[in-house]
Amino acid sequence: MTEDIRALSAQYAADPSSLVFLRLGEALRQRGQSDSALKIAVQGLSRYPHLPDAHDLYARILADRQDYAGAFDEWDTTLRLSPHHLGAHKGIGFLYYRAGEPEQALYHLRVAASLDPEDAGVRLAVERVGGGQEIWDTPLPSEPPRDAPQVGTAAPAQWEPFAGLEGSRDRLLLVDQDGLRLGGGLAAPDGRNVSDEAAAMLAGTTREAGRAARMLELGEWSHFTIESAEVSACLLNPTGDTSLLAAMDAGLPAGQLSFFADRAAKAARAWLERVR
Amino acid sequence: MNAPYAPVLEALTRLRGIRGALVVSGSDGLVVAESLIGGLKGGPLAAVAATLAGRAIELAGRGGFGAPRFLHLQADDGALLVAPAADLLLVAVAGRDVALGLLRLEMLRTAERLR
Repeated sequence: MTEDIRALSAQYAADPSSLVFLRLGEALRQRGQSDSALKIAVQGLSRYPHLPDAHDLYARILADRQDYAGAFDEWDTTLRLSPHHLGAHKGIGFLYYRAGEPEQALYHLRVAASLDPEDAGVRLAVERVGGGQEIWDTPLPSEPPRDAPQVGTAAPAQWEPFAGLEGSRDRLLLVDQDGLRLGGGLAAPDGRNVSDEAAAMLAGTTREAGRAARMLELGEWSHFTIESAEVSACLLNPTGDTSLLAAMDAGLPAGQLSFFADRAAKAARAWLERVR
Repeated sequence: MNAPYAPVLEALTRLRGIRGALVVSGSDGLVVAESLIGGLKGGPLAAVAATLAGRAIELAGRGGFGAPRFLHLQADDGALLVAPAADLLLVAVAGRDVALGLLRLEMLRTAERLR
């Protein structure tokens, strides 16, 4: 496996825009190098945001890290992009089973089994969840509503910088200086997960804010607020090498936004101190 | 100063604590009209404001925020404020002791007129 990773890493270094990141990320994941796998997956997603396999890889890494809500979002995205994606049906089936929702689990596992009838593991999972061999004689029902499983989906606190804060998964986003997501998430008003797309821009925008403050001799900058038609966002640097975005509905009082961002920045600093 | 914009810029710079106001082309960051006080230089200010606004507009687009209507960079010794108005940017630089709420309202009204 070490040889594989070395060779795949060399291929990836030679051509970072190639799809070899999928194999490299998976090899790193299987080797237990979760942080490296995560970095590769996020880099790949930033280049191929509409590639189902990239979301599937990211979901598997998040599931390994016990970020089940994040994994669900990514597999859900995978299925929106590719409704017959085997890995995503298996993954979502596992998450539903884990959350104690057998009806949804069974549906996705049976779809997975129909997509790959040779996969003995999936067939066994279907029989276990369905309660016996007779399940194969029952017609596949229509898909139950795909809501995120509610039990045990919270990521462990060590991976959640904003745990306990309102909007911790869809209104607060923390990235490193390369624009890679460290925690939190961002959802567009239509519910789309736009975390990685926003993350890719966030660090560059806060760098530009710092440059503007320096060039105009305004002193140290503290907040950069973007008031938009639907959402307002406040950007700041919790530490010198991280950037944070806090978002609120545009209709809420503008003055509250910087308070919200400051609270999130304090939580992010405490989290960074713990995990570093 | 570009004559059509002179009244709006003068109205802004009359507010206490304002160090300058400009109308900037959003596409190339060039000064369309300016009313500056003290040592501020219009060209660099316009370029910096347009670059930062461009970043913010792109971030807002990726995040699905809708079109930005007001940008506010707050720093220890002052603030940079930008109100996009179609292809133009209304830009102001404020000192430390400025009634930002009033300035924001005035800039939003002015930007509306510039559209």
